[in-house]
Amino acid sequence: MTTTPAPARKKKRSAALGKDARTQAELHLMLLPGTVSMLVFGIVPLFGLLIAFKDFRPIMGFDGIFTAPWNNLAHFRVIFNSPQFWPMMRNTLGINLLGQAVSITATILFALLLNGLRSARVKSFVQTVAYMPHFLSWVVFGGLCINLLSPDGSVINNVLVALGLTKGPILFLADPDYFWGVAIFTGLAKDLGWGAILYLAAIAGIDPLLYEAATIDGASRWQRMRHITIPGIMPTIMIMLIFAIAGMLNNNFTQIYVLQNVLNKPASQVIDTYVYEVGLQQFQFGVGLAISLMKSVFAVLLLVIANYGSSRLTDSGLF
Amino acid sequence: MVQSKSLGERAFRIANMLVMLLVVVVSLYPFYYALINSMNTGVQVMKGFSALWPEDFSMQAWKTVLSDQAVSKAFFITLARTVIVTVASTLLTSMFAYAYSRTYLTGKRFYTVLGFVCMYFSGGVIPYFLLISKLGLYDKFMVYILPSLFGGFYNVIIFNTNFKALPDSLFESAKLDGATEFNMYWKILMPLSKPVLAALCVFTAVGIWNDYTTTLYYTQSPDLQTLQYFILKLVHSYNATEQLANNAMANSAAVASTLNNSRLGTGVVNSKTIELAAMVLASLPMIAIYPFAQKHFVQGVLLGSVKG
Repeated sequence: MTTTPAPARKKKRSAALGKDARTQAELHLMLLPGTVSMLVFGIVPLFGLLIAFKDFRPIMGFDGIFTAPWNNLAHFRVIFNSPQFWPMMRNTLGINLLGQAVSITATILFALLLNGLRSARVKSFVQTVAYMPHFLSWVVFGGLCINLLSPDGSVINNVLVALGLTKGPILFLADPDYFWGVAIFTGLAKDLGWGAILYLAAIAGIDPLLYEAATIDGASRWQRMRHITIPGIMPTIMIMLIFAIAGMLNNNFTQIYVLQNVLNKPASQVIDTYVYEVGLQQFQFGVGLAISLMKSVFAVLLLVIANYGSSRLTDSGLF
Repeated sequence: MVQSKSLGERAFRIANMLVMLLVVVVSLYPFYYALINSMNTGVQVMKGFSALWPEDFSMQAWKTVLSDQAVSKAFFITLARTVIVTVASTLLTSMFAYAYSRTYLTGKRFYTVLGFVCMYFSGGVIPYFLLISKLGLYDKFMVYILPSLFGGFYNVIIFNTNFKALPDSLFESAKLDGATEFNMYWKILMPLSKPVLAALCVFTAVGIWNDYTTTLYYTQSPDLQTLQYFILKLVHSYNATEQLANNAMANSAAVASTLNNSRLGTGVVNSKTIELAAMVLASLPMIAIYPFAQKHFVQGVLLGSVKG
C-alpha cells in the first residue's frame, strides 16, 4: 500500500543523481496536471462539507459554502427525526452485510472450484466467460435482470411456475420483500467471475511443493484445500473483509438506482439514493450533505477498526 | 481404497463441471436473452419473451435503433468521451506515477498525503455539483472530460508498483547519458509497461463507457445524453408502467391491458425491442475489447482489492 523505502545503501548510491534543480523541476512539472486535478476536484469539494452545518440555499452557489450562516446542527436533527432514516439505515446495512457475506463466500468457493479444474483450457474459457457481466454496465445488466424477473412471461417466473415452486408469478421488483434478494443476487451474478481474479492470483502464489508434499503424505483433496489453500489465501480474504466492513454504508448507487422503483422503495431506499433524492432532486443540499458527512466519518472509523482487528487476529492488515 | 478415492475424485470432477456450466450459463444468458429478443417482432415480445431463440424473427428493432437520431448522437457522445478520457488519463496518470516513483523526488510526502486524502475522503455529489456549476461545466460536454483527465491516485499506486519492478540501473544509465526525465518516461518506461497500460486502459474505458451518473447529476440537455443514460430512461419508464400494470391486474384486466399497450406499444417494433437492441449495442464494444487485455488484468486488479 504505502511505498517501501529503497534499501539504504542503494539510496546513497543514487542520492546525488537527480537531486539537481533541473531534474526536480522536470519531475514537479510532470506531477503538475495530476496535482491540479486532485486539488480542484478532490480537495476543493471537501470544503463543501461545511454546508452540513450551514443554512445554505442553492441560489447562493459555490461561494455560499463560506458565506451561509451556521445553523446549530439543524440538518442533523431533520435527518434523525425523518421517518425515512431508520428504514434507510436498515436497507443500507442489510443489503451490504448480507450481500458481502454471500458474495465473499461464493467467490472464494468459485475460485477454489475453478482451481480444481484439471484442464487449463476449460479453466481459462470459464474465466473469460465469467468476466463478461462485469463489463456490462449496471444499466444494461440491471435492465436485463428486470426483464428476466418480470412477472409476465419472463424466463425466471415461467421456470418457477413450471416447476410448481410458486403458484403464480412472483413480483420480484414490485414487492419490497424481494428487493434485498434481487440486489444481492444480481450483484453476485455480475461480479462473481471478476471477484475470483484476486483469489486465483493468491492461490497461484502458493508454493506447489506444499501440495506435492501433502499428496505424498496422503492428504485428500479436501485436506489439501483446508490446510494449504485456505491458509494461503487468508491475507487476501482478510483484505476483502476489511474493505467489506469499511464499505458497509456504501451501496452501489449505480446498481440500486437502476433497480429502484416507487413500489420497492421501502426496501430499496439506501443512504446513497436518499442523498441523491434530497440533494440533487429536492435541492435540500444541507440535509443531503449532513448525511454524506456522517457516512464518510463512519466509513473511516470502520476502516480503522477493521484494520486493527485484522492485524490483531491474523497479522495481515492494510497499514 | 484406491477405487473409492478415484470414485470420489470422479464425483468431484463431475460436480465441479456442473457448477462451471451453471456459471457460464448465468454469465452469458442475460446478454443472449437481450440479443434474441431484440431480433423478435414487438408483437411476439408482447405475447412473451423468447427464451431460446427469436420466435418471430425481425431485424426491424435494430434498423430503428441504428437509424435513430437520438441513439446515434448518444453513441458518439459516449464514444468521444471514452476515447478522449482513456487516452488523456492514461498519459497524465502514468506520467504522474513515473515522477512519483522516482526515489530522488523531493517533496514526495506532499503528493502522498494529497493522494491519500483524495482517495479516502470525498465530499460526495452535492459539493461536486456546486463546484461543477461554479466552474461553468454544468450541462457542458466538458463535464465528461475535465474532471476525469487524471485517473486518480489509486491508479498511480497500481502504476507505481509496476514501475518499481523495473531495474533502477536502466534509468540511472540513461540519466548519466543526459536523458531528461520526460524522455526516460516516454522512451524507457512506457514501452516497458505495456501490460499494465493495457489493463488500466481497459478499466478506464469500461468505467467511462458504462458511466451514467455524470449525465444524471451534471447535465440536463438531451444533446449530452450518453448511451447508458438513454437506456436508463427506457428501463425506468418501462419499469414504472410495468409495476403499475401489475398492480392494476389485480383490480381490472381492462386497465392492465391498456397500460400494457401503452408501455410497450403494438407493432413490429415496440419500446421493449428497441430497449433490448440499444442494450446490445451499448454492450458490444466493451465485450469486444476486454478479452484482449484479459491476461494483464491481474496486474491491475491485485492492488485493485485495495480500492475502498
